[in-house]
Amino acid sequence: MVDKVWLLPAIMFLSFLAILFLGKRSPGKGHAIGIAAVGLCTVLALVTAGEWVARETGHEAATALDDVPAECSASAAELSDGSHGGEGDHGDDAGEGEHALAPGGAVSIADGESAAPAAEEGETEHYTRPVVRCATWWSSGQTDITVGTQVDGLVVMMLMVVTIISLLVHIFSTDYVHGDRRYTHYFAFLSLFTASMLFFVMSQSTIQMIVGWELVGVCSFALIGHWWEDKPNSDAALKAFLTNRVGDIGLLVGMITLFFASGKTFSIMDINIKAAEGQISQTALTVAAVALIAAVMSKSGQFILHTWLPDAMAGPTPVSALIHAATMVVAGIYMVARLYPVFFEGLSIAGGSFNLLAIVGSVTAVFGALLGFVQKDIKKVLAYSTISQLGFMVAALGVGAWTAAVFHLFTHAFFKACLFLGAGSLSHACHHSFNMVDDMGGLRKVMPRTFWTYVIAAASLSGIFPLAGFWSKDEILAGTGGINDGVGNYYIVLAALLIGAFCTAGYMTRSVWYAFYGEYRGHHEPHESGPRITVPLIILATLAVVAGFANLPAKIFVELPSWLSLRFEHFVEPVGAYFPGKEAGFTHAEFNPLLALISLVVALSAAAIVWSFYLGKFPSLVGLASRNRFARTGKRILENKYYLDWLYTDVIVGFVKGPLARATYWVNQRVIDATVDGVGMGAAKAGDFVYNRIDQGVVDGAVNGAGALASGSGGGLSRMQTGKVQQYGVLLFAGTAILTGILVAVLTA
Amino acid sequence: MLVNQFLLLSAVLFCIGVYGVLVRRNGVLVLMSIELILNSVNLNLIAFGGQHGVDGSVFALFVIAVAAAEVGVGLAIVMLIYRNKASVELDELDELKG
Repeated sequence: MVDKVWLLPAIMFLSFLAILFLGKRSPGKGHAIGIAAVGLCTVLALVTAGEWVARETGHEAATALDDVPAECSASAAELSDGSHGGEGDHGDDAGEGEHALAPGGAVSIADGESAAPAAEEGETEHYTRPVVRCATWWSSGQTDITVGTQVDGLVVMMLMVVTIISLLVHIFSTDYVHGDRRYTHYFAFLSLFTASMLFFVMSQSTIQMIVGWELVGVCSFALIGHWWEDKPNSDAALKAFLTNRVGDIGLLVGMITLFFASGKTFSIMDINIKAAEGQISQTALTVAAVALIAAVMSKSGQFILHTWLPDAMAGPTPVSALIHAATMVVAGIYMVARLYPVFFEGLSIAGGSFNLLAIVGSVTAVFGALLGFVQKDIKKVLAYSTISQLGFMVAALGVGAWTAAVFHLFTHAFFKACLFLGAGSLSHACHHSFNMVDDMGGLRKVMPRTFWTYVIAAASLSGIFPLAGFWSKDEILAGTGGINDGVGNYYIVLAALLIGAFCTAGYMTRSVWYAFYGEYRGHHEPHESGPRITVPLIILATLAVVAGFANLPAKIFVELPSWLSLRFEHFVEPVGAYFPGKEAGFTHAEFNPLLALISLVVALSAAAIVWSFYLGKFPSLVGLASRNRFARTGKRILENKYYLDWLYTDVIVGFVKGPLARATYWVNQRVIDATVDGVGMGAAKAGDFVYNRIDQGVVDGAVNGAGALASGSGGGLSRMQTGKVQQYGVLLFAGTAILTGILVAVLTA
Repeated sequence: MLVNQFLLLSAVLFCIGVYGVLVRRNGVLVLMSIELILNSVNLNLIAFGGQHGVDGSVFALFVIAVAAAEVGVGLAIVMLIYRNKASVELDELDELKG
């Protein structure tokens, strides 16, 4: 199965076509096909994971890249030819590995038992053996554009997360969007969304990655705007799409830079090997990494380009769950994780204490979390929470804690999906309102199942021991190297993330209070949701509890047996030529009991403070915002979301729209006058208009200069636009003649 | 081979075509002039093809096929313009004026 993962997106794409064309006449109006397809994919993903675990039982460096054909990656073929003579069939090895699972485990126990630092040594004996398959899509000159699959632990993990979340979202949706006008259309797009994300994560070439990236964007556009009859919804969809286009420029620039820097190859394996081995210049890698960070900022909702994410709540809630947990926003994180050598070398992550990725991540983690406090809409609280948690992941990648970031992606998928679906269940009960301040309250008695799953997931998100979020968040904090030995020494990041963790626990407590405690404030009789909603919630809550045990640290006061500890790291983190190695300064931070205790205390104290605030224990704080000028300013800034939307729509767009529109109008006036009434009249009119502008220039001074520049050049150029095609023809032929003359002159010179 | 004579003829045809495209007002005549340009290119291709092998002739066949399609589309456009404006004078078509 590891070499046939292309089946997964293929199945989902077929399901999309089937639902689109046959859905209305099929049983369940389309959801039967969708659920069957995604269910099959989940099974296949689990089989793939099983095979991968069986396969990952220790390989030598020499044979590690044997399953990477030369046409898919020239560098990998060079490496494996250089070290040994290609020992023929390795299919047998995989089979043996399967039977020898127990002995393989025993071997790694032996590794683990040699004291903790030495465990690192032991780990390097084992090399990841990725499976790459590719086909040439087309050739252009010397360059083959390939498309295919590259399977390693990271991909297997993503396949599992995407298919499991997608399956649960499908089941949840059958109840949640029941009776919707575009029910069939909705399930068709869920299928396509899943297919795109699966296609994206198994990318073998950067071109395939870009295609998958854009497909995910298009699907999210269609699903956010599912109820497009309401203007805000279609606006939100457009905003999501356009904001993502801004970052896509960065993606293209980054990928093109990588293409040329790596000697004209699109193969991700090649790029990674070359970047890790230092065959690409530092400057090129830095340029590529910075450009790609712009893409990550828009796709993964990092600060200043995050504004589309809260608005994307306009889509149906299960879609939000899918976007926030498994598809779309994690695409940015995944892209960094996949091309990690580029970022690791390009930003000099090892041994540093300051780089763009870490800064973007920590700023987002704090600012996103702060915004979670002032939202009335429960989905928006969760949206800002996602932004903040994505900030954690980006910061973790920025400080070199690769495994921690990916592990957090893994655990976050489960508890965030659970929270979103829980919010959906709440709104289902409260007559489709998401306003937790005005329409909810006291629901814990009415909706016990939703209540318990929501609280478990919220606690997991806040990082309460021993739920999943605790382990992954703690690993990120340890990875900053602020207290113990990490890849670098990122003190500032550690401080920022602790503040972020504090706020996270705070706003989650606030949302639990508003939704489930106090008096019911809505107008309709609430009720518990049906089993198609609560069963996915219970499954996700269970995963939110146990997912953290996938990567227990090697030592919590006592040494843990190695079949229990660091399993996630062992199976998911690549070891080999295509990933930063120990010689590049890539290490793992160890579990630090002190840090874990600090983060736990931080989370619990935040929850306690917020809880006592709502119980009325801090009367001095009630109404603080209306009394204290400083607090009022702070609250106003938060309620206006740091004025970023205002900056984008009023200042930037307004600047382009206002003066530019006026300038265009002016050009029109002037050109018409020039042709109709003659130059004299035109000049008089223009002079008149200039007078008006000077008058206005006094009012809006700085804008004037830019406007005049734009209109001046526009005026000059638009006079060439006579609309007479033959005049254009004359210019064309004259230009050609002049260029030919120059060419001849140069060639004969 | 007398390639020079072919090239000369082709150049003359090309110039006549360009003149027609730039000067004639009638849309149909402009399309015909474009045909002239394309055929002068064909002549060039075949002339060189005669010297270097069959590639040029194959290319000329492609050009002929594309030219046929182009004329089909072009005449359809001219027809529609005539229906709307009762004239095919290119000077009158300046809706795209800036």
